[in-house]
Amino acid sequence: MKLKLTEEKLLAPKISNEKLVGLYKQMWLIRYFDEKVDEFFAKGMIHGTTHLAVGQEASASGVCALLDIDDKITSTHRGHGHCIAKGATADKMMAELFGRTTGYCKGKGGSMHIADVDMGNLGANGIVAGGIPLAVGSALTAKMKNLNYVTVCFFGDGATNEGSFHEAVNLASIWDLPVIFVCENNQYGMSGSVKEMINVDDIATRAKAYGIPGVVADGNDIIEIMNVTDDAIKRARRGDGPTLIEAKTYRWKGHSKSDAKKYRTREEEKEWRAKDPIKRYKQVLIDAGLFTEETAEELRLAAKKEIEDAVKFSEESPMPTLDDLLTDVYA
Amino acid sequence: MREITYLEAVREAMSLEMRKNKDVFILGEDIGVYGGAFGVTRGMIEEFGPERVRNTPISEAGIAGAAVGSALTGMRPILELQFSDFITIALDQIVNQAAKIRYMYGGKGKVPMVVRTPSGSGTGAAAQHSQSLEAWVTHIPGLKVVQPSTAYDAKGLLKAAMDDDNPVIFYEHKLLYKTSSDVPEEAYSLPLGKADVKREGSDVTIVATAIMVHRALEAAAELEKEGISIEVIDPCTLVPLDEETIIKSVVKTGRVVVVHEAVKRGGYGGEIASMIAESEAFDYLDAPIKRLGGAPSPVPYHPDLEKAHAPQVSNIIQAAKETLNKV
Repeated sequence: MKLKLTEEKLLAPKISNEKLVGLYKQMWLIRYFDEKVDEFFAKGMIHGTTHLAVGQEASASGVCALLDIDDKITSTHRGHGHCIAKGATADKMMAELFGRTTGYCKGKGGSMHIADVDMGNLGANGIVAGGIPLAVGSALTAKMKNLNYVTVCFFGDGATNEGSFHEAVNLASIWDLPVIFVCENNQYGMSGSVKEMINVDDIATRAKAYGIPGVVADGNDIIEIMNVTDDAIKRARRGDGPTLIEAKTYRWKGHSKSDAKKYRTREEEKEWRAKDPIKRYKQVLIDAGLFTEETAEELRLAAKKEIEDAVKFSEESPMPTLDDLLTDVYA
Repeated sequence: MREITYLEAVREAMSLEMRKNKDVFILGEDIGVYGGAFGVTRGMIEEFGPERVRNTPISEAGIAGAAVGSALTGMRPILELQFSDFITIALDQIVNQAAKIRYMYGGKGKVPMVVRTPSGSGTGAAAQHSQSLEAWVTHIPGLKVVQPSTAYDAKGLLKAAMDDDNPVIFYEHKLLYKTSSDVPEEAYSLPLGKADVKREGSDVTIVATAIMVHRALEAAAELEKEGISIEVIDPCTLVPLDEETIIKSVVKTGRVVVVHEAVKRGGYGGEIASMIAESEAFDYLDAPIKRLGGAPSPVPYHPDLEKAHAPQVSNIIQAAKETLNKV
């Protein structure tokens, strides 16, 4: 069956019911991954810093659900969800945060640099907007080599105030490149509210300046995310160029582990928690008759188990030796 | 063998490679019908078309990133940065992305790209279009840095840079574009990390880069008249640096002058001098190591001041004599 969003708009037909149900589990996997990371940081079990995307699962899962294995993504410092949605496994991701050699980057990249180039994940990025020009370059390869893949570029609201955003989106537009710019507007660039730092109501309106479509979507509604992404991907594959999607969402946790969240109210957080993207999607699937409460619960527990297994895998994985300091150095 | 200019040698190296390898393309500002600010790409868009000689907007950060992203996904871009000063605007993509991807991703992913960029003073373009900022990029693990001084070297080193699977910053000196030397017509590669002894001598070693190689050779010819024998070493690449050739020369001569056009303070000459001081050559030194570099000021506009900013032949002669206590 096809899942109805409204009378006019059907869910992208390429997504099977099985996959729709799988996305529910994936969203829990993303949430449990980040919650586990949060717990381990609090306990001092992993070091460094981390940025959690709890509450933002719908945009990662919804966008990547429409991608093929050949398609590419670039991600951000808040990128665990994007990685999982693009096919990364929780065990190798957790191992990376544990600094183990079995991690995606052999323990040398950490939370902000998880990449899996062979699977089309061109990397998370510690530099705000740093991945946007990279995504444009990836799309340029597709165009020059006449390959059919698209590149999705994830970034936050804060990144749209960087010069790199302007330069890269303009490039993609003038060259009609197959790239989809997905701005996850979670309302804050660290402590800077979008109300304070951006003087337009919708970041998507910035698209107009580049002559490309700009679409606002409810970032906590995975069905809407999939629909707008489907349109953007079709446009990109036709050779008509990029689209800017603004997914309005909210990060439940602070910016990073040291955030006292003084810049926002607990009431605001409560309001957004009520818009929980996972809970909403569960209801959609139940209403559509795609699964029952019982199946939903089984999937949630399976996701939880997968994270526990990932932790076990990480704890049992070897540490790098000091000889590894200079491996993969060429200059 | 025929003689061509340094500029023609750079263009020829690119053209030969682009005929052979469809993944190689060039992008940059005004490189299309205009032919590039210095004319390096003149005629290339006619031969290779606008897809592969890709004229870009004035967006250094954006085009540098596009080069990195395309390299990471299978292309082999050559980015022409119109003036090396503009690397300031592209540095995030070069320093934080291109240089680190391989290591940061645990050895996966490669970024085969060349950033070609004209540097140096002497054109009257003043403070923002005349700098020699190569020391900045030598400081970054993950970037190879090349500074050819002749047409022959430019062609061979650029071939090696294009063949490399890692990011290479390739500095072309503006005043060398019109200089000529014998250059084979076919493609050839000069290894990165191999210095070239431009002149053999026994009394003083001069380690010189880019245009300073030519000034050092002039100084050597002058000093020869006074019976002083100078060895001139051109490192050709700063990263990797051919330490062995430099050390061997200093062991032989016992005296060394390091000269570059970049501002002396924080310049790469400090690195070369330290490397010598830390090596077995230290025991052979008969005089303190001399360093010559640009004055500690922005590059000025007035031609006399501009000239005074960079080391000249007379300064090199003086420095070499100082190491011999012949001043």
